[in-house]
This record gives sequence, structure tokens and C-alpha cells, in this order.
Amino acid sequence: MSDPLVRIRGLRKSFGATRVLDGIDLDIARGEAVVVIGPSGSGKTTLLRCINVLETYDDGSIQVDGVEVGYAGPPGPRRRPRSESDLARIRADIGMVFQLFNLFPHLTALENVMLGLVKVRGLPNAEAKARAEHWLERVGLSEKLRSLPGQLSGGQQQRVGIARAVAMEPKVLLLDEITSALDPELVGEVLATVRQLASDGMTMVVVTHEMTFARDVGSRVVFMDAARVVADGTPQDVLVDPRHERLRAFLARIEMKRP
Amino acid sequence: MIEFALRTLPFLWDGFLVTLHVSALVVVVSLVAGVAIGIGFAYGPLWLRFPLRVYSDVLRGTPLLVLIFSVYYLLPMMGLNLQPFPAAVIALSAFKAAHVGEIARGAIGSIARGQTDAGKAIGLTFAQRLAWVILPQAVRRFLPPWVNSVTDTVKGSALVSLVGIVDLMLAAQQVIGRTYEPLPVYVLAAFMYFAINYALSVASRRLEARFAYIRE
Repeated sequence: MSDPLVRIRGLRKSFGATRVLDGIDLDIARGEAVVVIGPSGSGKTTLLRCINVLETYDDGSIQVDGVEVGYAGPPGPRRRPRSESDLARIRADIGMVFQLFNLFPHLTALENVMLGLVKVRGLPNAEAKARAEHWLERVGLSEKLRSLPGQLSGGQQQRVGIARAVAMEPKVLLLDEITSALDPELVGEVLATVRQLASDGMTMVVVTHEMTFARDVGSRVVFMDAARVVADGTPQDVLVDPRHERLRAFLARIEMKRP
Repeated sequence: MIEFALRTLPFLWDGFLVTLHVSALVVVVSLVAGVAIGIGFAYGPLWLRFPLRVYSDVLRGTPLLVLIFSVYYLLPMMGLNLQPFPAAVIALSAFKAAHVGEIARGAIGSIARGQTDAGKAIGLTFAQRLAWVILPQAVRRFLPPWVNSVTDTVKGSALVSLVGIVDLMLAAQQVIGRTYEPLPVYVLAAFMYFAINYALSVASRRLEARFAYIRE
């Protein structure tokens, strides 16, 4: 493997007395789609939120394209948190899609996608509009450009969320349980969009409870439990032929819930 | 009655303009200062939030009249001599800014955390998130209580008459002093206060309707 796009080493984080990440090591190569599974409270969402510094981390290192995301200066105990403007620049290259969509409710679908292009990328309005339209079309929403989020279904809102993230042309895309808040019949349209992105070579880290998704989108599956990475391998290794006890128990529980 | 009203109106009119002038100044100053205070409350570090909290609680807990007298009579003792007009405007603005600060804090605080996350995730800086994500949504929550506080300001401005500013209140009292006809003059003055505030609430309903499209 050449230099990984995302390189995580010895990552630790606590909320008060609770360790939520306890020495995570993870490399993500360019074009790879890594699916992170695990029981609730295992730290997967926090891991994702540390990568674009929506959460700070206490110890260890996260590098995206060679740049330490959370801290400036040489590594060590005296490194200092990055400034607001540094963080903004770093986050602009890391896309994120949220469980609850988090669209801007006062802006239309088109404006939601355009905001970052205009204010962060500094594109002229016309160019930003063209690019936003292009991506909304890609996610199948060319009819909904002028709709406000409140007028869209959950699946449509989430596809706007994806377009908003992808239009920034991020180096890596973080997807945080993006289908958990959707009605079952709307999950398919969102998954299809993500599958398309993965096959286009978008590097992504996907936290999900959708095992089918883990199987057909992930080039790699990571199983987290109790703040650690317990298993890491191909979907075949991790899902079909699980060797680890806790992983087997987790998969058995998921299988039982399946209709 | 009508003839009496027409005769006294020019005297009241000057006072009416002074009331408008005082109110407008106080509303603008307290809006700017109050929104800044609200942003400080919502996002400021502890060393900023603590003095703001003290300021807000003390000012809101003190009768407005006491504040006006304090600025007018106490500040000169400390070597700062103010004319009645600036003294009254400063006292009213400081009082109102504390209220507007609380309204702004509440409005900003009511915007879901996910909005800040989403703004950060596309690379917006703090100022950009405020300008394009948080404040446009907070406006909707801010407007109704703020318009209330504006009408309170107009009514509360009557207290400036007590430091000798000839506003609508004092003008009415002066007319009464000359005509010995308190009832019609007070009714007329009350109607003029009402006219200001009714116009304000009509304007605010229009404004609120403009922001009603935002649904979360």
C-alpha cells in the first residue's frame, strides 16, 4: 500500500471518565471504502467525528493526506489545538453526511449545496450553481432544486446531504449512520447513491448498521467494540468468516433482528 | 373635545417626536449591543460569560427608574457629567441591551447542534457559520420576544420625563399644567403611545410572516 490517505495511530479519547477511543490504529487508502460496524457505544461515531475534528482527540494522531487534523506544531504533549481558520481549511477537504441530515432549513436544496462552494471554495455564483445542479442531478434530485428541506422526504433530504458533501470534492467522505433515521423503503435510494460514489472511487469511511451495505459497498470492514478495533479485513473475512468471539456474538444479534 | 385636541396636539407633537427619538436610539443601540451579548453568552469562554452574566442579572434586576437616576446623578459624582438626554439614552440602552442579550442567547441556543456540525463540516469558519447558518435561523425565534421588548422600550421611555426631558409624557403634563384638563390630555397621549406600538406590532407580524417558511 502506498501512503494512506487517512492514517490513524494510537488514537485516544475520553468523555469525562469514559474511554470512548482506546488506541485506534487505522489506515485508509485512496479509493477505499471502509465500513465500520459495531454495537452502539463502541466509539464508531466518535472515531468518525474525530477525523474532521467535530470532536477533539486527547492522544494519538490522525493525518489526512499527510496533515495532522486536530493539532498544529510538532507531535508531543505540548502540541496545540489548531486555530479556527486552520480547522475550517482542513474540514473543507473532508466531507461528512449526518444521521439526521442536518440540512440548513432556511435554504433550498440548491442553496444548501452552493453555500460551501461560494463561501468556502470562493466559486463565482454561476459556477457554484452549475456544480450544485450537477451533483443534485447525480443524486436524482434535479426536480427538487428549489425545494426547502422541510418539503422533502427523508431520503431526498439525505441525498441533498450527500450532494452538499460531495460537491466540495472532498478527499475523503465520512458517512455517519446515514440511513438510520430513514423509513425502510427510503433506505434503498440513499444506499444506491453511496454505492455509485464508491464505484467512482470516492474514499469513504462508513459507519452503518446496514450489513448488506457493509457487504456490497465496503472494500474493507472494521469491527469496533468497547473503544477498540477488534477485527479489520475484507467483508468475506469479517462478516462471513468471523474469527473473533465478540464479533460472532454481534453478528448473531444482528442476524436475529433481520426479518 | 376635537377642538381641544387640535389645540393641544402641536404641544404634544414635539414630545411625541422626542419619545420616538429616544426610543429609536435605544432600540438600535440595545439591538447591536444585545446581539453581541447574546453571541458572547452562546459561544464565549467563561471569562467572558461570567461578567456578561453579572451585567445581565444586575441590570435586569434593577428598576429602570433607578438606573436612569444612577446614570444621571451618580456618574457626575465620579466626574462624568452627562446631559439629561444622553444620560437617559445610556441608561435605557444598557437596561434594554441586557434583555435583548437574553433573547438573543435563547434564540441562538434553540438552533440544533447539528447545524453547527454541518456548517463546520463544509469548512465554514465561526463568523461564516454565524452569518449564513445560525443567525438567519435564530432570527425567527428572536423576532417575537424582541418586538415585545421594543414596545416595552417605547412605553418605558416615559420615565425619561423624570430627568426633565420633554418627551410625550412630560409634554402632556405641561399641557395639563396650563389647561387643568388632565383626562383628555392623558387620553390623547395614551392614544399616541398606542399608535406607535400598534404600528410596531403590525410591522412585526409582516416581518414574522417573512420568516415563517423556515421549518425544522
